[in-house]
Amino acid sequence: MGSGRFLTRERKLALARFFRNWPAVFGLTVIVAIVFTALFAPMLAPYDPEEQFFDGLSLTGMPLPPNDTYLLGTDLLGRDLLSRIIYGARVSLVIGVVANGVALLIGILLGTIAGYFQGRLGLVIMRFTDLMMAFPALLLAIALAAILRPSMWIVAMVIAMVNWVQIARVVYSQVLSLRRRDFIQAATALGARTGRILFRHIMPHLIPTVVVWGTLGIATTVLLEATLSYLGVGVQPPTPSWGGIINESQSYFIDAPWLIIFPGLAILLMSLSFNLVGDALRDAIDPERSGSNV
Amino acid sequence: MGAEALLEVKNLVKHFPITRGIIFSKQVGAVRAVDNISFTVNKGETLGLVGESGCGKSTTGRVILRLLEATSGEVRFEGRNILDLSPREMRELRKDMQIIFQDPYASLNPRMTVGDIIAEPLKIHGLAKGKERQKRVNELLEVVGLASYHARRYPHEFSGGQRQRIGIARALAVKPKLIICDEPVSALDVSIQAQVINLLQDLQKEFGLTYLFIAHDLSVVKHISDRVAVMYLGKIVELAEKNELFDNPKHPYTKALLSAIPVPDPTFKRERIILQGDVPSPINPPSGCRFHTRCPVAKDICKVKEPEYREVGPNHWAACHLN
Repeated sequence: MGSGRFLTRERKLALARFFRNWPAVFGLTVIVAIVFTALFAPMLAPYDPEEQFFDGLSLTGMPLPPNDTYLLGTDLLGRDLLSRIIYGARVSLVIGVVANGVALLIGILLGTIAGYFQGRLGLVIMRFTDLMMAFPALLLAIALAAILRPSMWIVAMVIAMVNWVQIARVVYSQVLSLRRRDFIQAATALGARTGRILFRHIMPHLIPTVVVWGTLGIATTVLLEATLSYLGVGVQPPTPSWGGIINESQSYFIDAPWLIIFPGLAILLMSLSFNLVGDALRDAIDPERSGSNV
Repeated sequence: MGAEALLEVKNLVKHFPITRGIIFSKQVGAVRAVDNISFTVNKGETLGLVGESGCGKSTTGRVILRLLEATSGEVRFEGRNILDLSPREMRELRKDMQIIFQDPYASLNPRMTVGDIIAEPLKIHGLAKGKERQKRVNELLEVVGLASYHARRYPHEFSGGQRQRIGIARALAVKPKLIICDEPVSALDVSIQAQVINLLQDLQKEFGLTYLFIAHDLSVVKHISDRVAVMYLGKIVELAEKNELFDNPKHPYTKALLSAIPVPDPTFKRERIILQGDVPSPINPPSGCRFHTRCPVAKDICKVKEPEYREVGPNHWAACHLN
């Protein structure tokens, strides 16, 4: 059954289901494009994202709207917005994927352990989670980021440290109900070890929850990074990030809306794409949803 | 009978503590789900265990398998007290005792194929690998009346009766000696019940299985059991050979249960014993005989003194003062 070849019948069917779902294919395309952009930013960007152009501002010092030279316009310091968005993909992708991924990992691990082993260990983990929940996440992130020297990776870790809490709680409650189910009892009665029960029987049931939280978390983390940047403890200027661009320019929204709209669209597109792909993945690997379209 | 004992349960007690307080919790009481019961299951026989919902019969089954830890007492399997076994020894022993669950919808992992579900015990105990394992899975499917192509499907593609067959195949995979059937047919349609019961009986003959058959349906129990034990509120009140128990019940609770079996003859009139009230709470069971609050023939002594569980006829045990 599933052990020998990588592409088993079930996996082939799951792949087929995934690719029949056009929003998912769209999402996947966008994600690939963003990754590509981030990797080859220097080749794709028309200008240096940090250069302040003399002709990048109007005579009165206003940023320029989209025009022939600067396709998406310029920002408050006369820098090319398109180039900044292209380079910003790097930071935003790392934050959205890595920070969020680490948060998911911590959340799943602690939630599962607390839910499955209950007792003293579970109690300690969940009270700690409650404590973290009650503590303002932003304050903690500021404190952590201020102690450590802010860089992209540090910021990613700081965000992971504050974002795992909700995931841990949701996973905990799921595991709590799962471990009482008969099929877990059956596995125990068959002599399955704890590891087998956790990985073969409990974890697969967490996938729908994790997919939803994981994809929702992408937008949240990108914006949290923006907030941190705004407060001076995020990714340091002049390194561009999508959230950062919005934050720099938000007071000029009326006069220079393109500074908000384009990076905002980029964030929207990224989180939407991850969401579409996540949903499709969840459906593709859930045997009970697969009946009708195979 | 007089056969060799496979499973001996002695003075088994399972209390679920009721605690108050979160960090400094203290025990304020206990649900006495199973309260000092003893019985023996002989090799090759089927012992029926009947009782109302909440009387502790399922708990008994799960304590025997150590899915729940006993509060005290002994469970001897082939002479060894399994409550003393280390986790490793216990895992090894699980090859010999298996369980079939009541709800066939809950007892199969919905994210695994039927083939993987049945192969799992073989993997856990390293009983078969590769082609061999696949062959064994197909054999097991055929044994329970399914086909080998079913292995690639998922549990939700099957009906309740078919799912129960899958559960039975999984239990059989390790070639157990004892199977605890925890109400295996009560969730199924009546028409399917007979099929599954007949399958269980055929398997018993073919593989020399021993069953502890937990149920609340007396006609099912009568059909499949050699001996029957009746439980009430955490205690066994009567145990006898099947025909003896059905023809000559000694305990008033057994009599009441038997009078509730429908008889397929509309002209047949008989005395119905209708019990008043509900089962008392196992947190605070009645003094003396636990049944005295609902017993139609209770005497004064029943309220004060707990009746002894003793042999009232040849191989016929009951716990009632009035025998």
